[in-house]
Amino acid sequence: MAGIEIRSLRKQFGDLHAVDGVDLSIRDGEFLVLLGSSGSGKTTLLRMIAGLERPTAGEIHIGGERVDGDVPPRARGIAMVFQSYALYPHRTVFKNIAFPLEAVRTPRKQIEEKVRWAADMFSITRYLDRYPRQLSGGERQRVALCRALVRDPKVFLLDEPLANLDAKLRNTARDDLKRFQRRIQTTTVYVTHDQVEAMGLGDRIVVMEHGKVRQVGTPQEVYEDPVDTFVATFVGQPPMNLLDLRDASLPAGTLVGFRPEHLLPRSVFGPGEDLRTLRFSVRRVEYLGSDRYVYGSVLESAAPDATVIAKLPANIALAIPEGETHEFAVPRRLLRYFDAATGLRRPP
Amino acid sequence: MTPRRTLADREEVLGGVMLAPALAYVILLVGVPFVLAIVLSFSDATAGSLRFGWAGLRNYAAILADPIFLRALRNTAVVTIGSQVLVVVLATAAAQVFRTTFRGKRFARFVLLLPWAVPVSLAAIAWTWIFDSTFSVINWTLKAAGLLHGWLYWLGEPGLALLAIIIVQAWRIFPFATVIVLAGLSSIPQEIVEAAIVDGAGFWRRLFQVELPLLLPVVTVAVLFGVVYTATDLGVVYILTGGGPANTTHVLPTLAFQRGILGADLGQGAAIAVFLLPFLIVVAIAMLRLARRAEVGAR
Ligand SMILES: Nc1ncnc2c1ncn2[C@@H]1O[C@H](COP(=O)(O)OP(=O)(O)O)[C@@H](O)[C@H]1O
Ligand SMILES: [Mg+2]
Repeated sequence: MAGIEIRSLRKQFGDLHAVDGVDLSIRDGEFLVLLGSSGSGKTTLLRMIAGLERPTAGEIHIGGERVDGDVPPRARGIAMVFQSYALYPHRTVFKNIAFPLEAVRTPRKQIEEKVRWAADMFSITRYLDRYPRQLSGGERQRVALCRALVRDPKVFLLDEPLANLDAKLRNTARDDLKRFQRRIQTTTVYVTHDQVEAMGLGDRIVVMEHGKVRQVGTPQEVYEDPVDTFVATFVGQPPMNLLDLRDASLPAGTLVGFRPEHLLPRSVFGPGEDLRTLRFSVRRVEYLGSDRYVYGSVLESAAPDATVIAKLPANIALAIPEGETHEFAVPRRLLRYFDAATGLRRPP
Repeated sequence: MTPRRTLADREEVLGGVMLAPALAYVILLVGVPFVLAIVLSFSDATAGSLRFGWAGLRNYAAILADPIFLRALRNTAVVTIGSQVLVVVLATAAAQVFRTTFRGKRFARFVLLLPWAVPVSLAAIAWTWIFDSTFSVINWTLKAAGLLHGWLYWLGEPGLALLAIIIVQAWRIFPFATVIVLAGLSSIPQEIVEAAIVDGAGFWRRLFQVELPLLLPVVTVAVLFGVVYTATDLGVVYILTGGGPANTTHVLPTLAFQRGILGADLGQGAAIAVFLLPFLIVVAIAMLRLARRAEVGAR
């Protein structure tokens, strides 16, 4: 087991800065999620850690050992799960899982034991004699995890391993993955573009954009205290509302941000609470079972047409007629302030 | 726009029309001679007369008792198998080289394809010079390098002559096979190769346990082409050795030509030419099956 240190890491493809100066310190045994939209450089960063891509500049240390440069993937003590799973189509599940062990010339009997142990862990023992094409997406994903597991790696690298599964399966697979990682306690770097996955899995989340790290923090920190408007709108669904309320008490060019679930009818708050009331002109109400999404605009806003979303839990039964203006409010302690020009966080 | 259905709309008719020339070609220039050859092999026809008598299996009995024929049969097998083994090894190696990027790759690829574009007869004549008993560049080079002490009479000794034929046949198929293997390699998903790298497999393990098994269907088809090409080729052996010395390097096509056309015994020539057919059919079916099985395993 080992932590990973990354210092000023860069990767250029021609003119494109795919990874543009990343510093990261990944703790031993940590589950770290790289979160970012497509093309933000997550895969490139992961591949540099794996040794499949050579950094343009910077350093990578795994378990205290410097590995950028000429240390080949097999000597880095890593195991990787690819987005496509990259199973060997001409080998049975057993032979797939055994492959990394054969590569280091493990004795036959030990291979057999190890493969059965791993297959048992992911309940795929029944499929050991099948070929990858005879498996469902979820089963293939588990085979790929098994193949990574048997190497006893110091670090797991996972590139969107759940992206190819259907939504229902993804939830259970996520849970399995988290339990599995808790059990073996191996340092894990997990790439995803799905913020729900990131929030659910990560001990910490690294939010990336254009090859740069925007924020590193626990899911709670990233959600509650985003460092800039990018993180604020990227994490959370629906995203944080950002408005210029032209508040005289705030410096000019300040955006006020609040989560949709914090914008509630004025009447549901208790009398003692310090509130920022907003006149909410309701355009449409979406009933989603456990929640209601209320779409509309805030009359105090500098851009009165900008869509604002409120998310009302089902226990608020209050009727919200469409086309009318209602008194809504947000507790002041939940407001976040950003500089409109730079997007960066401002003290209240 | 015409409101009525035109010929282009009527796929069943259009298909027939477009297929017709190819069909006519195959029937007239492949089918008819083929049937004729089979019929001739059961006859006592000769080139000198129009007489055509039923000979039953007599031609076949005659050639099977003929040591020259048996030798030619063995030579055909040796040349075909030998050249194909050589081709598979060389083409795989060459494809590995051509997969990397290096300066002058385009030019190298152009040169690689040349043997394929050169007419067989022309190439074979060039090779006779390379293997010439006096001027053989191979001998001179080996001598200059100090590797050769006697002198090799390439086309004068049966064993060496056969080796020479294998080399030329391999040289002829090699570009085609390389191109096919290259195409096959590029169809292997990059992530699978990278998975093997991460899993700790070195170059040879990757080659033999991942890439070659995945290439199997493609390589099988390439070899099948090579087998048919080589086993039925007349030109190379005819020009290189003419079947000599002393009828020791004949392959079935050259022997058939010698007996049937030069020797005017059409019946026996046809029997020799047709003899290989059942074997080739069996080989073709077996290889296509193998290719399909490997492919199903891969999907
Ligand atoms: N081998 C490559 N050659 C050129 N550009 C690349 C290569 N790999 C990735 N890129 C580019 O680098 C950027 C980051 O890619 P990637 O790391 O795959 O992003 P992500 O995984 O976050 O979607 C993208 O713009 C992508 O097009
Ligand atoms: Mg990616």
